[in-house]
Amino acid sequence: MSTVLVIAGKEIRDGLRNRWVLATTLLMAALALGLAFLGTAPTGSNVAASRLAVTVVSLASLTIFLVPLIALLLSFDALVGEVERGTMLLLLAYPVARWEIVAGKFLGHAALVAIATTVGYGVAAAAVAYTTPGTGAEDWKAMGALIVSSVLLGAVFLSIGYLLSSLVRERATAAGLAIGVWLVFVLLYDLGLLGYLAATEGKGLSEAAFGWLLLLNPADAFRLFNLTGVEEVRQFSGMAGVSRQASVSPAALMGALLAWILVPLVLTQLIFHRRQL
Amino acid sequence: MAEADAVFLDGLTKRYGERTVVQAVSLGLAAGERLALLGHNGAGKTTMMKMMLGLVRPDGGRVRVLGRDPAEAAADVRRSVGFLPESVTFYEAMTGWETLRFYARLKRRPAEECRALLARVGLAEAAARRVGTYSKGMRQRLGLAQALLGAPRLLLLDEPTTGLDPELRQSVYAIIAELKAQGTAVLLSSHLLTELEERTDRIAIMNRGRLVGLGTLGALREQAGLPVRFRLKVVNGNATAVADRLGSLVLERVPGELGVACPPRDKMDVLRAIAGLGALVEDVEVVPPSLDDVYASFTGRPLSEEATA
Repeated sequence: MSTVLVIAGKEIRDGLRNRWVLATTLLMAALALGLAFLGTAPTGSNVAASRLAVTVVSLASLTIFLVPLIALLLSFDALVGEVERGTMLLLLAYPVARWEIVAGKFLGHAALVAIATTVGYGVAAAAVAYTTPGTGAEDWKAMGALIVSSVLLGAVFLSIGYLLSSLVRERATAAGLAIGVWLVFVLLYDLGLLGYLAATEGKGLSEAAFGWLLLLNPADAFRLFNLTGVEEVRQFSGMAGVSRQASVSPAALMGALLAWILVPLVLTQLIFHRRQL
Repeated sequence: MAEADAVFLDGLTKRYGERTVVQAVSLGLAAGERLALLGHNGAGKTTMMKMMLGLVRPDGGRVRVLGRDPAEAAADVRRSVGFLPESVTFYEAMTGWETLRFYARLKRRPAEECRALLARVGLAEAAARRVGTYSKGMRQRLGLAQALLGAPRLLLLDEPTTGLDPELRQSVYAIIAELKAQGTAVLLSSHLLTELEERTDRIAIMNRGRLVGLGTLGALREQAGLPVRFRLKVVNGNATAVADRLGSLVLERVPGELGVACPPRDKMDVLRAIAGLGALVEDVEVVPPSLDDVYASFTGRPLSEEATA
């Protein structure tokens, strides 16, 4: 176990040293603050939802675009990059099991994503709560759930990134695939689903099938979890109807995210374990 | 050669697709012995080291490192083995000190050992600098330092002196000599022949994955049966007289000099004959076959051209 921590510690130090964490935190805080104070302006003051609940809805959309990208950028290089640069050969000559390398990198990178997300969104949430009185415990709960699930979503894409990194022989290929994965999960999947539903006038899918299809995309699972999990948010996001139709419980959504973390991670280990250097 | 030796290879074979990179290699390395693996790039030296570390699975034969199978007891084996890869690379953003600390943690070694090792390879003053700013020689020295972590019982050094200036090469071989005295077995690969003379106990010559020669330099010379050469400096006008007396042994003639060659076993006879020529010969130089010649006779091709490439 301590070997895993040594490797995780190195990744965290790398992230802090090359200012990756700083840059990402600033980016997330800036975008979050922007959304919180500008993005909610059109809602006016006569909407029943609190400002923080509105912010949670905007930040959930921001997370879906930004966090997977950030996570993939961290992870696509993790294995193939070290193999290509030659540092992997020496690392593997040490008493280090391959699963310890995968687990160590995952822990370290997940910690970096967690730091950036918690600080970046935390700053925005605190600023919103400070400037608008009447932020209730329920709002903070929604915010907490958003941050935790954002980190989970990041972990999902870290995990997918490692899988890409273990599959290919060149960094450039991994980078290309990472962009493809991002496009598919964040944009194309929903577009396709929407297109299909529009073409079949909504009759092409049963409600259960629709729910399952949303679970098959971690970004959708994340969206559904945040927009339907908390009553106040649900009302504002206009998802009250969807969540009932989709008939997927928050626990199932969380389970989907966890499965999306574990399955690619295990596959990565299986592939990396067999790889000869 | 016994299984309990530092290294024991028995019929070791490795194929990558159609290509056989290591073919039925058997050799042993005892504690405190220095063995040089000699061969062209692609002769299978690096692949053999990777199999000893359990990084590459053999397709045939057996490997035992410190009495264990590196594929099964990888962690145990690697804890007692130091490895310096060919043209070693490090994480550029880390300092020399951080790099060595990182590897020391993986081998569960204390910080004091890192300090001592950095001093030993002459990097104590550069320890706080990023590895990215290091010269090739400094990286190689850092590579040697990490290989020495945990006082390994077996050192695998892949081209340890490539890219080093002569002074650094000397210091690398000085460290290897110290380790030998402590009982560490050292396996090093090289294609720089001249520096291996006198600095290794045995030499293994690899050619296209096969072990084509194994033994001390002297034994290999004998096995190769290469002629001993003599260069005679002859007093002006006496060249023909000398050439007549030595007969068929004469290889070449240039003004003032004669080249003579004979099989190694006749060396003393020829020397006595030359001495018997008295004042006709001004000076004589005996040139034993160089390691280059020995290598070429075992592999059928010279090594030097590639070494300089």
